[in-house]
Amino acid sequence: MNRKGYVCLFVLLAASAVAWSRLNAKPVAAPPPATPVEVRIDNFSFSPATLTVATGTTVKWTNRDDIPHTVVSDDKTTFKSKVLDTDDTFTFTFSKPGSYDYFCSVHPKMTGKVVVQ
Amino acid sequence: MKSDSDRITTDHSHDGIDRRGFLKCMAWAGTGTLCVMQSGILKSYAFGSELSANAAGELAFAQISDSHMGFNKPANTDVVSTLKAAVDKINGLSVRPEFLLHTGDISHLAKPEEFDTVDQILKSSVAKDVFFVPGEHDVIGDDGKQYLERYGKGSEGAGWYSFDKKGVHFIGLVNVMNLKAGGLGTLGPDQLAWIEKDVQALGSSTPVVVFAHIPLWSVYPEWGWGTEDSAQALALLKKFGSVTVLNGHIHQTMQKIEGSVTFHTAASTAFPQPQPGKADSPGPMKVPEEQLRQLLGITDVNFARGEHSLAIVDSRLG
Repeated sequence: MNRKGYVCLFVLLAASAVAWSRLNAKPVAAPPPATPVEVRIDNFSFSPATLTVATGTTVKWTNRDDIPHTVVSDDKTTFKSKVLDTDDTFTFTFSKPGSYDYFCSVHPKMTGKVVVQ
Repeated sequence: MKSDSDRITTDHSHDGIDRRGFLKCMAWAGTGTLCVMQSGILKSYAFGSELSANAAGELAFAQISDSHMGFNKPANTDVVSTLKAAVDKINGLSVRPEFLLHTGDISHLAKPEEFDTVDQILKSSVAKDVFFVPGEHDVIGDDGKQYLERYGKGSEGAGWYSFDKKGVHFIGLVNVMNLKAGGLGTLGPDQLAWIEKDVQALGSSTPVVVFAHIPLWSVYPEWGWGTEDSAQALALLKKFGSVTVLNGHIHQTMQKIEGSVTFHTAASTAFPQPQPGKADSPGPMKVPEEQLRQLLGITDVNFARGEHSLAIVDSRLG
């Protein structure tokens, strides 16, 4: 085989390898958005109450009420904001997939959930 | 002057409560009502009538609640002035109160300067002793550490305690700690065990006053206006012939009587909140400036043992 032939074979093998790897690749999750996804705290509720995001997404809560609130995971350890007065914000980056239930520790009737895929 | 039509005269269930009259009494709550229990008969008088000589008794004290020092939103941009007005109201009562109860949410954000301001304003009260219980705003951020340091001397657990005044037993409870997602106010097993021990040696004729921030009755659970294990606490007080439960938290006056237990919530000195379910949320209610002080207030309570009477009076600030 001449030099041209080797090059052809190499190109063919390389192309096959790429095609093979594509066929066998697991579906790649959408990359997390560059800017935080917003949850609004208003009228003693979290909106949206359930938020679904990609792994690695940063979620930002903003308190729009005239009353202070908190954002605390149900286990009280995964994430826990300080007290959020009007217009204060809290951000948390979800680096692991899972379902995260949370509530306001001051007004425990206020509950929400972040689903991380 | 009280009118005869405001007196409760019928008692079909022989429990000292005339249902029709009681409803009338309930309807007035919020605009100022005096409800007097005398010899087992509940009588109600419109606010504004002078406390009768019969109602004035051996022990008088006043309750203030939800001063929310630090709050500065449109519903009341000057909570200092309204707390001062509450103290003026207390100082002007015809029967001088011996002490004050503050049923929580002393501060808005549990900042040291907020507590300092309230302490300073209360110094001008004719009643020098103030007994506190915490509201959820007073334990924000530090699980009540600062509250306990300031107000918890001699208390147990998260700040509960009891004391006696002229034969009346007072129990201050904490139902704003360790709240669980989706739940209501909570007393918890430790506090319940303490209550049982605390009242064990008391005779059933001892009048008992229980005070706590969140109502110890189910006012409106949808807004968190209730306490998960309040029924357990009240079961421990079953033997007593007279139990008065004083709460705050809902920023409006409300009263309910169940057997020997009278439940009463005081107005806030800071801002009103909507009636249960009458708004999207229980947030501060903005009312026209000239109406604000009509929705804020204080409560004073009189005991007259000889008369078997208990009087709870709500007074508006304006």
